[in-house]
Amino acid sequence: MINTNKRQLLELDAVTKTYGEGATSVAALRDVSFSVDEGEFVAVMGPSGSGKSSLLALAGGLDTASSGEVYVQDTPLGKLNTNELARLRRRAVGYVFQDFNLIPTLTAVENAALPLELDGWKPAKAHRVAKNALRQVGIEHLANRFMDQLSGGQQQRVAIARAIIGERRLILADEPTGALDSVTGNGVLEVLRERADAGAAVVMVTHEPRHAGWADRVVFLKDGRIVDQTALQSDPASLLAAR
Amino acid sequence: MSIKHSLLVMLQQRQRYGFELREEFERSTGSTWPLNIGQVYTTLDRLERDGLVADRGTDDQGHRYYEITEAGRIEVVGWFATPVAPSTPPRNELAIKLALALSTPGVDVDAVVQTQRISTIQTMQGYVRARREADRANKAEDLSWRLVLESLIYSAEAELKWLDHCEAKMSSMAKPDPAMAAGTAALATKTTQTKASS
Repeated sequence: MINTNKRQLLELDAVTKTYGEGATSVAALRDVSFSVDEGEFVAVMGPSGSGKSSLLALAGGLDTASSGEVYVQDTPLGKLNTNELARLRRRAVGYVFQDFNLIPTLTAVENAALPLELDGWKPAKAHRVAKNALRQVGIEHLANRFMDQLSGGQQQRVAIARAIIGERRLILADEPTGALDSVTGNGVLEVLRERADAGAAVVMVTHEPRHAGWADRVVFLKDGRIVDQTALQSDPASLLAAR
Repeated sequence: MSIKHSLLVMLQQRQRYGFELREEFERSTGSTWPLNIGQVYTTLDRLERDGLVADRGTDDQGHRYYEITEAGRIEVVGWFATPVAPSTPPRNELAIKLALALSTPGVDVDAVVQTQRISTIQTMQGYVRARREADRANKAEDLSWRLVLESLIYSAEAELKWLDHCEAKMSSMAKPDPAMAAGTAALATKTTQTKASS
């Protein structure tokens, strides 16, 4: 159901990203405009080199646009200084990387609490909130384990807990099920879907057609441009005969 | 789809009447393949003619009950023991459409692929949602329905992967983009110069 009152959590306005200069410069993104509302789960698909990961990096403030502007919760990232950008990343954006990017010498709860502690929270309070995030992804009982004591699927859940902790409502996931078998991968997608249903905006880069089935909308990139996108699903039940 | 065997399987459990058979079939397959009541009755007539079911008469509500015969039971055992053989390559309208699009001048094959991709993804989104709902309800009697949905999801996924493959194949067959060729040439010159200078 399309709700026009939904708040826009991410907007890319005519964003271009070019790497290098002169004859050998490569445009990773060309004049890309799109937005994601709260509660929306968007999958970004396209061939290798189409600009998927660049789009995610720009959306998360990990990279800066050559032209155009990226807005996260209405804040233009190009207008922020380094400290402000880092603060916004810690507070507003959750990143899930394909290779997890967890710290092996920290426990699950310490990894999940890291963004809050970096943001100046007292450890006890940060850990309480982190435990809550671990509970949401179904691994609260593994809170005190180190990374080498967890399976791939469990580590990915720690990474998601770290991404959803606190007030962060924009979740960016780059091939989040890359290293996982299909059942565990489905578990990860289920968590992302639940976060979107709870009001987060989720953007997931994927090359797996199956994953697109979990999204509300699929955006197709090719040669750095958005070439197509699916309409927001409003009545999936109509696809099947009445039940 | 074998309506004949589906009816026999349901009759193997107990005697049933036509409308009840249709209801049971749709319940276990989640109404994925709606069954026309007319098809049910004509199939029952044929099964009776072939001695695979027997008419057990009508109850006071007018329901005509059928019972499976011994020959019918043997037929069911044989059906489950035999793989479903695809009739020499099954007709695939999409494959036929793409083949014709490729050989017809003036057709934008990329657009044909993308139109299909969008449609198949939307279909799959519907299946995934339906499966999530069924998973959440987690009712034992829904197991067959969930497995049917999985089958539809896998088919949609296979079609999407095949479309990706077609697109990649077509673009590798296409003439090289002049801009990209120039870029590659410039890069090659640079690499040669770097090597020569080192």
